[in-house]
Amino acid sequence: MSIVIDETTRILVQGYTGRIGSFHSEEMVEYGTNIVGGVTPGRGGTTHQGLPVFDTVKDAVDATGAEASIVFVPPPFAADAIMEAADGGLRTCVCITDGIPAQDMMKVKRYMRRYKVEKRMQLIGPNCAGVISPGKALLGIMPGHIYKQGEVGIIGRSGTLGYEAASQLKAVGIGVSTSVGIGGDPINGSSFKDHLAAFEQDPQTRVVVMIGEIGGPQEAAAAEYARDHMYKPVVGYIAGLTAPKGRTMGHAGAIVSAAGESAEEKVDILRECGVTVVERPSEFGSTVGGVLSRSS
Amino acid sequence: MDIHEYQAKALLADFGVPIPAGGLAYSPEQAMYRAAEIGGDHWAVKAQVHTGGRGKAGGIRLCRGEQEVWSAADEMLGSRLVTNQTGPRGRGVYRLYIESVVDIEREIYLGFVLDRETERVMLVASSAGGMEIEQIAEDDPESLIRVVIEPAVGLQGFQAREVAFALGLDASIVTEASNTLLACYRSFRDLDATMVEINPLVVTADGRILALDAKMAFDDNALFKHQQISELRDKSQEDPREMRATDRGLSYVGLDGDIGCIINGAGLAMATMDMIKHSGGEPANFLDIGGGASPERVAKAFNLVLSDENVKAVLVNIFAGINRCDWVAQGVVKAMQDLDIQVPVIVRLSGTNVDEGRRILDESSVPVITAETLAEAAEKSVGAITEEAMA
Repeated sequence: MSIVIDETTRILVQGYTGRIGSFHSEEMVEYGTNIVGGVTPGRGGTTHQGLPVFDTVKDAVDATGAEASIVFVPPPFAADAIMEAADGGLRTCVCITDGIPAQDMMKVKRYMRRYKVEKRMQLIGPNCAGVISPGKALLGIMPGHIYKQGEVGIIGRSGTLGYEAASQLKAVGIGVSTSVGIGGDPINGSSFKDHLAAFEQDPQTRVVVMIGEIGGPQEAAAAEYARDHMYKPVVGYIAGLTAPKGRTMGHAGAIVSAAGESAEEKVDILRECGVTVVERPSEFGSTVGGVLSRSS
Repeated sequence: MDIHEYQAKALLADFGVPIPAGGLAYSPEQAMYRAAEIGGDHWAVKAQVHTGGRGKAGGIRLCRGEQEVWSAADEMLGSRLVTNQTGPRGRGVYRLYIESVVDIEREIYLGFVLDRETERVMLVASSAGGMEIEQIAEDDPESLIRVVIEPAVGLQGFQAREVAFALGLDASIVTEASNTLLACYRSFRDLDATMVEINPLVVTADGRILALDAKMAFDDNALFKHQQISELRDKSQEDPREMRATDRGLSYVGLDGDIGCIINGAGLAMATMDMIKHSGGEPANFLDIGGGASPERVAKAFNLVLSDENVKAVLVNIFAGINRCDWVAQGVVKAMQDLDIQVPVIVRLSGTNVDEGRRILDESSVPVITAETLAEAAEKSVGAITEEAMA
């Protein structure tokens, strides 16, 4: 098992025929992902990389039975593409696009709530690296070869810091069930908590690593969820110990603007909730290794 | 993006927020002329700087008589204002806003922010106006009124009235006050703001509502929609290094340490800085050069980091995902050959084609110190500075 996707998930690419969409689609197919087609308005009826292109998500879902999509649409149009995915009946949408206006995302989140919970799409991102279930499928932009298949779930905001963690795990022989990037924006789709809940139910996953950073309330909410609702051990890291208050550190959401949002405060909350804290970013491998051996 | 008080007031006035009579001045003569134009005999001369805490730092002078306005303006223009929020360098004062002084009956705090918990715009108000919001939250949390605004319909009239009544405003001005709240919300929504703060919003002795101060910040990701807002950018208020970075599409934050950082990805950048701190050093900057890490980008990054005179060593940490370490290594070698770099450079590569990348660095003639792990890179950076100091 794994969460979000596996080798059978039928996937659409939104923004399929553009330069970035084309590049990553090839990489995903090469990894074994089941891409069934793409959407580029105005290019319906043509083929691209040997697969059908559609004008709308609805047409694509009708023709292919797609269940998930990945969005490579530029920032001014990305919110629209996500809402189209939600309305088209997809179960999952991963949005890679960086730079979507916060109020556009507010509208997207509001729009998604018009569907009943059981019919509501799960949005992952935006401004994220996507999802990988090693050895099965890649719905994202991460380099597949740094992940070994295994028993550790990863949830993180940052792309390259997630790669760092995964490659440290691989170096000590630890594999990953699924790695999910939730993105660095202040208003995003799925939260740490949503994926903790999914990993708790996933039989392949034994330990979950949560890679957070300064800004926002999500890490604290996730730690409380882990304390109250999870049996599986959770390991956490918070980046941004040296970040000054009130400054945006690259990610639009990485800014300390309220009490409880600094790295020190978040680390304290993680500890109080029983999460094993990775003290230094060089210690993902050793910390997770220790927790795995204790829980076996 | 931040803007000045006078710019925020002009924008808010367009939405219907009442503001005192005022005018902009770039010289003492102009300040005096503005005062005469506004009329009366009592004016505030306000430094236009992108920071809070102006009043306590001497950035707002109350003047009687046009001669006093001239003198205040003469002293303030060209000075640097240091407040509790600017750091020791302060901000340059190049523009003044001259405003008529009104008799105040009471002061109110009013703010609109993006609340990440509810993922909505939130109105925050308090009858303890004039104090900073952090101070109110600490000293008088009971006075805070919060209203979460539903994005599909926006702030409603009844919500604005509820706030006005909760602030204890007289029934005769509740309509005017709630119209002001609604106008502020419309400006927030229509201009893609991330913050609108009026502190204080005042009730004057003659029973009017006025925005005495105004602060607005905007979503950088939404500036493409609002040309008129982008044009309000004032580069004199930005850190020169950060300004150069923004103009080159790099994400940079200057800090006080001496180890310059060049990293791809915001999270890895923060983690690398944390690692430097754990190893006993202090990072000089945050810098995310993005996914590509082409030779041109690496060279730009070196130029930027080395423009900080405090930098005594540079740590390059690149995790090659989509790109390849051999390309990154070529970029580093090229940048180091082209630039005259006088400080030790520590390079740590990982990811795709890492062995090939390390070989290129080892076989090149440029004097780089290579590291295999994050911990080793941070330790070698701190060590390189200690060695330089002893040599």
